[in-house]
Amino acid sequence: MSSSRSVAALDPGRSIVDQLRERVAAIENRPAGLPVPTLPGLADLVPLHAGSTYAVDSSSLALAMAAGASQAGEWVGFAGCADFGVEAAAELGIELSRTVLVPDPGEHWLEVTAALVDVLRVVVLRPPASVDERTAGLLDSRLRTRSSVLVVHGDWPRATARLSIEESTWVGPASGTGQLEERRARVVVRRGARPPQRAELTWPGVHRVDREVREIRRSVDGRAG
Amino acid sequence: MRVMVVWCPDWSVVAALDEAEQSPRSPAAVLSANVVEVCNGPARSEGVRRGQRRRDAQARCPELVLLPPNPDRDARAFEPVLAIVEDLRPGVAALRPGLLAVRAPGSWYGTETAAAATVCQALVEGGVWDVRIGIADDLFTAEQAARTADVQSWVLVEPGGSAPFLRALPVHVLQGDGSQGRELVSLLQRLGLGTLGDLADLPGDAVEHRLGTYGAAVRRRARGEDRALFAARTPPPELHAEVSFEPPLDSVEAITFSVRTTAERFVTQLAHHQLVATGVRVEAESDGAVCSSRAWLHPRHFGARDLVDRVHWQLQSADVGGSLRARKHSGAVRAPIDRVRFVPEVVEPAAAHGEALWGSASDDLVERGVARVQGMVGFDAVRRPVLQGGRSPAARQALVPWGERAVDLRPVDRPWPGRVPGPAPVRVFATPPAVEVVDDAGRDVGVTDRGVVTGEPRRFRLGDGVLPWQPVTAWAGPWPTDEAWWSGGAGPSARFQVVGADGRAWLLLRAPDGWSLEAGYD
Repeated sequence: MSSSRSVAALDPGRSIVDQLRERVAAIENRPAGLPVPTLPGLADLVPLHAGSTYAVDSSSLALAMAAGASQAGEWVGFAGCADFGVEAAAELGIELSRTVLVPDPGEHWLEVTAALVDVLRVVVLRPPASVDERTAGLLDSRLRTRSSVLVVHGDWPRATARLSIEESTWVGPASGTGQLEERRARVVVRRGARPPQRAELTWPGVHRVDREVREIRRSVDGRAG
Repeated sequence: MRVMVVWCPDWSVVAALDEAEQSPRSPAAVLSANVVEVCNGPARSEGVRRGQRRRDAQARCPELVLLPPNPDRDARAFEPVLAIVEDLRPGVAALRPGLLAVRAPGSWYGTETAAAATVCQALVEGGVWDVRIGIADDLFTAEQAARTADVQSWVLVEPGGSAPFLRALPVHVLQGDGSQGRELVSLLQRLGLGTLGDLADLPGDAVEHRLGTYGAAVRRRARGEDRALFAARTPPPELHAEVSFEPPLDSVEAITFSVRTTAERFVTQLAHHQLVATGVRVEAESDGAVCSSRAWLHPRHFGARDLVDRVHWQLQSADVGGSLRARKHSGAVRAPIDRVRFVPEVVEPAAAHGEALWGSASDDLVERGVARVQGMVGFDAVRRPVLQGGRSPAARQALVPWGERAVDLRPVDRPWPGRVPGPAPVRVFATPPAVEVVDDAGRDVGVTDRGVVTGEPRRFRLGDGVLPWQPVTAWAGPWPTDEAWWSGGAGPSARFQVVGADGRAWLLLRAPDGWSLEAGYD
């Protein structure tokens, strides 16, 4: 384990003593709730916590959820994602040498995910069919004693937060000219009964478009128009 | 210091026959590379010798039992023998499987003869039939004394009598030292030196020059000058933990409640040795006999709470027995339990399992977890993604089976003209589904040989026609390619980036035989 990796795993914005205390608590078998590194663009929208399940509805969001932990030196895994885009993952900063793929777990998807959750920090699961409450409960109870995060691409009965892309536009192509350059998407985060939270993100790289920037852009667009 | 050496001849054969559950009296040999490595007495009396080829050995003795070599098995089988001697006299050193040394028990048993008789008797009672014991001033002499002894017998070399005893021995006793011993024996015999005494009489520096360090060591031993000592092993710690109930308990709840402290003690005791258990056998005794025993494996390592859970599951499932009627009374066990024991079956160093304070779980742990997944879904179902060079998104990546090295990858750092610019697609389809793309008039959109699009793409849908048409809001392209034309490629094709009305973008390929959906920017 290199020291550069260790330093990267700590969040410089918070007290080092607090972070070490959290880790000691995790070592003493209370891993749930430990923060898991998240991409800066997503960090204030959905800060990931160990032992939680997050549901997403697009592959881009699933990759973005795993990218932060992978950049911080953790292992990540993808189960059931047969159409995994390796180059896109690498562009987002996912370290391919610390990535485990199970493209087609078939009927064993539950056992495979449970085994991956044991050893990896972030596991992205694309369940093959609709998942009932009981099956989800089995995996969730396992997850609570582990220090990892489950990201489900699809529907999940009890997710801590659900992320979905509400509206998406591409900058670049017109009628036969240009090329895909930048994607702007409005992402909605729903947590239980709380009012949904919305944020504008841009790809590639998953950056948060702040409100001020948006207003400036609007005024610039208005002047131009 | 007097040394006692206990020798169990042909130990590999004894251990292998025991494992194969065959009679120890049947002629048998352990072969390695089709050559007899070790054979036992019955085989030797039929003419089988060490170093013989398998064919020759079988010709001499057709009923010869052939056994595979396995050093681990030999060492494992020797462990009970060490334990028996250790009970009588601590400080046992295992020299190699089949040979152990211990400081000769002194006046406790009266004489050395009485001590040898006691050890011999204990071993024979323990099921080791062929035991030979030698007692002498030093290790080498004691070993040679044991080798000259008869079955279940012993040879004592008087204090100070090592040199005369060794002088009389023929040089071929050195064959027990492995290949260098055999080489030296052959050389000495060719030099006309028949006994160790002949070697001992030679001048020391000449022996060292001609025969090397090993020869010089043998000469020193033969003169009785070498006081080789041995390192006694530390007996392995007892790691199991047990709890007895008085009076016996007959309810699962009460038992699980009572084993809690024992489980904690078991885990702390292991932790004290910096170990963790990944496999534990839980045994429950009823009326002095084991009534329920099961090995449990843990994906990581057992904590106290995990152990209590296992006891609960084991006793409950033993009781339920699958029948519905019994399920009603699942709180009670079949017979009152008076003892529960935790036996560690697989222990591993705690360092390999610890949740690291800096950084995440160690790579070893991941390897082990992945191996479990491979056990479930098959070796090549777990993949490692790698990048490679190419034009289409599918060609630019490869999924290598976990644990294999990627071979024949195309280099990434070449220009690859014709590849589609822009961000890489998030979804790459291994088998691209067919799509239909039409223009305003509903005609199929094509690309001419000169790379001109025949119409503006307006709508597209998947080829099976289940999903409705989706309008195209923006498109870019074409990026023409003509891949592998020299070896029957698909022919001139062109790629398009198409944005649908829902804001999702797709990468479409127009090949001579139609459109297909290669990748998605979901």
